[in-house]
Amino acid sequence: MAIRSSASLGLALSRRRFLEAGAAVGAALLIGFELGDGRRVLAATTDGPFAPNAFVRIAPDGTVTIIAKHVELGQGSYTGLATILAEELDADWSQVTVESAPADVALYKNLLVGAQLTGGSSAMANSWDQLRNAGGVARAMLVSAASAEWGVPASGITVERGVVQHAASGRRATFGVLAAKAATMPVPASVTLKEPKDWKLVGQQHLPRLDSKAKTDGSAQFTLDVYLPEMLTALIARPPRFGATVRSFDASAALQVNGVTDVVEVPAGIAVLGRGFWAARKGRAALKIAWDESAAEMRSSEALFTAYTELARQPGTRARRDGDPDAAIAGAATVVEAVYEFPYLAHAPMEPLDCVVRLGADACEVWAGSQAQTIDQETVATVVGLPKEKVQIHTLLAGGSFGRRATPNGDVAGEAASIAKAIGGRQPVKLVWTREDDIRGGRYRPLYVHRIRAGIDASGRIVGWEHRIVGQSIFKGSALESRVKDGIDPTSVEGATTLPYDVGSIGVDLHTTDVGVPVLWWRSVGSTHTAYSTETFIDELAHAAGRDPVEFRRAMLAKAPRHLAALDLATQKAGWGTALPTGRARGFAIHESFKTVVAQVAEVSLGADGRPKVERVVCAVDCGIAINPDVVRAQMEGSIGFGFGAALHSEITLVDGRVQQSNFNDYRPLRIEEMPAVEVYIVPSASPPTGVGEPGVPPIAPAVANAMFQLTGRRARRLPFARRTV
Amino acid sequence: MTTIKVNGAPREVDVDANTPLLWVLRDELRLTGTKYGCGVAQCGACTVHIDGEAARACVTPVSAVRDRNVVTIEGVSGTAAQAVQDAWRRLDVVQCGYCQSGQIMSAVALLTERPHPSDDDIDAAMTGNVCRCVTYVRIRAAIKDASRTLGGG
Repeated sequence: MAIRSSASLGLALSRRRFLEAGAAVGAALLIGFELGDGRRVLAATTDGPFAPNAFVRIAPDGTVTIIAKHVELGQGSYTGLATILAEELDADWSQVTVESAPADVALYKNLLVGAQLTGGSSAMANSWDQLRNAGGVARAMLVSAASAEWGVPASGITVERGVVQHAASGRRATFGVLAAKAATMPVPASVTLKEPKDWKLVGQQHLPRLDSKAKTDGSAQFTLDVYLPEMLTALIARPPRFGATVRSFDASAALQVNGVTDVVEVPAGIAVLGRGFWAARKGRAALKIAWDESAAEMRSSEALFTAYTELARQPGTRARRDGDPDAAIAGAATVVEAVYEFPYLAHAPMEPLDCVVRLGADACEVWAGSQAQTIDQETVATVVGLPKEKVQIHTLLAGGSFGRRATPNGDVAGEAASIAKAIGGRQPVKLVWTREDDIRGGRYRPLYVHRIRAGIDASGRIVGWEHRIVGQSIFKGSALESRVKDGIDPTSVEGATTLPYDVGSIGVDLHTTDVGVPVLWWRSVGSTHTAYSTETFIDELAHAAGRDPVEFRRAMLAKAPRHLAALDLATQKAGWGTALPTGRARGFAIHESFKTVVAQVAEVSLGADGRPKVERVVCAVDCGIAINPDVVRAQMEGSIGFGFGAALHSEITLVDGRVQQSNFNDYRPLRIEEMPAVEVYIVPSASPPTGVGEPGVPPIAPAVANAMFQLTGRRARRLPFARRTV
Repeated sequence: MTTIKVNGAPREVDVDANTPLLWVLRDELRLTGTKYGCGVAQCGACTVHIDGEAARACVTPVSAVRDRNVVTIEGVSGTAAQAVQDAWRRLDVVQCGYCQSGQIMSAVALLTERPHPSDDDIDAAMTGNVCRCVTYVRIRAAIKDASRTLGGG
């Protein structure tokens, strides 16, 4: 294997190697689910193509390998998935490892999505029942194996930390010893799962992450770290404007560069291949390309803001309407109105986009930090002209994503496959996007304009609310267009249509625009903008009504008990209403996304440059059962920094269709000295787990903005904050 | 052929003199713990030690390190390195992990020079290391934890 396989993670184990491993260990216990026809599939005994429909494998040495259908992007999915299964199995955490699942929609689809996709903060939510059952079944089969071996009733057998025991007879055996026998036992039709009071791993305050060691000694394997024999590195010269195409190109100078082997035209642009990144980069710089920009997007961001703001004056397609908001607002004692502007945002994960493809005559292998394995598989199959079953996806650790590695058209994998095909599969190809390619490559969080009007009656109560949203649809024009219902892309309006407050009559309208800038979901998707507009506007209304913004919200949340609990926890822990040092103010925001409710209190002072300096953030999260509380805390900490960094610094701007930013110097990420202290509190819950990868992002920007209003008396209605005070 | 000293051993590489050290480490020597993040010394993912000091390998031409000692995450060692890596694991600092080699190399250089850094020292030493998962809360805590391990302060 050219790939170093991490012993602790068992990454990228090829099917062949998996089979060899299975043969070597004999009848390793492999637990899965029965196929539709009731056939039970065991890895070690399957004839023909390996059809892994399993979530756990136990080796004779006792190693428990949990097969993860979700990618590890940093959000802790490997640790979380393993925790769920290991809990019901009663495994010894120190013996647990994780291996990524192959692409297989029948076995490994996200049960909430239908494709094998990691997104929507759903990895835990959709796996909870599935992996509890998988673990419980495995445990039951180990118990029946022990019962048969020892000739004792199963009822007297206990399991603890990878050891099966029968106290009455003094017999005990490890999982590894029992694995072969367990593989021959019947699969129970159902198992009884543990009561929460018996959990040993789920809910443990700090169960160590499974990927910490490999990620602190340099051994963790990302796609960029894949080196196959004879592999070439490819960079693509992409159009300077979205929608432009290659008219002609001259590769002669590029081919003179030492180490450059090929220059080929592919749908995305002109690919330069070389022995190593540096050769490919120098080769790309030497290319001469004439672009056809006749169909390119030539508009500027400012022109879009102007056009969108004009559109926001007109009614759009109804996304929600309860009562008669127009009449309610017309009859109100006070009317407040605001327009909000949100820029395009790039994801900019630390690991630039990349993908390795090895194309053979009748098979293709792909290595990627794939966030949508079955979509990438289908894309590559189409590009190279093979049935999808002949395309094998090796999912590696991904160096961040924030949504960028899941695209409806498998863009990066498709590009890499197109290059491999263009050289006839002569050598494996590693496609790398440079950071500049990433910042300028589109797939942005769409630019949006919001307009909200609301009326307050004489008692200070909101009686009518009208919210208009203008922007591009993520689903429209994509393979997922069927998700657009009655002209409404739910990702454009989520968080606005689900406003939790009792505001009397409410209307939410959408104008979907057509712009030639590719857009995509970006960590917390619609809530990246709807939380900001709704939660800062609520604050404005509280001010207009002369009420404390927390009390004002609380009075409208009688039917939202989870919101109330999170609000109370965050504000109590933050000391809401208590005195602060001079020059500091608190702001509050709360938002539900992906069925998780997060409330945050930001303590802010004014930096010397007039920008917000966030001193402390207190966060309360209701994510149902917290499988790994420390991972939940980590996700809240990171989300707060991610959301604040974007609100403070980030915008992609277009001038005449050209992206103005290029790298971290002008698309600024948050840096350590800008990071506030963060306290995270988890609302106790007995409900099934929801998600934590995204929901910590939406509240921080409005919480900071609301604190800034306390300090300055001004409302920030255009993001990022920094652009207003430069 | 150019000879460079990496992790204590001389290594011969056949590359152009202006090739950045980052790509020599990765593409030639397969020391893949050192990462590419920006290519312009703006993110710190490529941080290595050159004669004990933190440096960005992406903008360091290989010709500039011929007579110097290059240490990467794969070769970093000593009490400060051990304290930092232990603290990173104890606190589960990592999320995606891609930037963490660079973070650790910067933290080790800091603690080697200043075993008991102030908050400002930490900011100054770590500001060049971007983490898009934003693990800064734990990076700061882990540096302080490692500092305690190193004694005093």
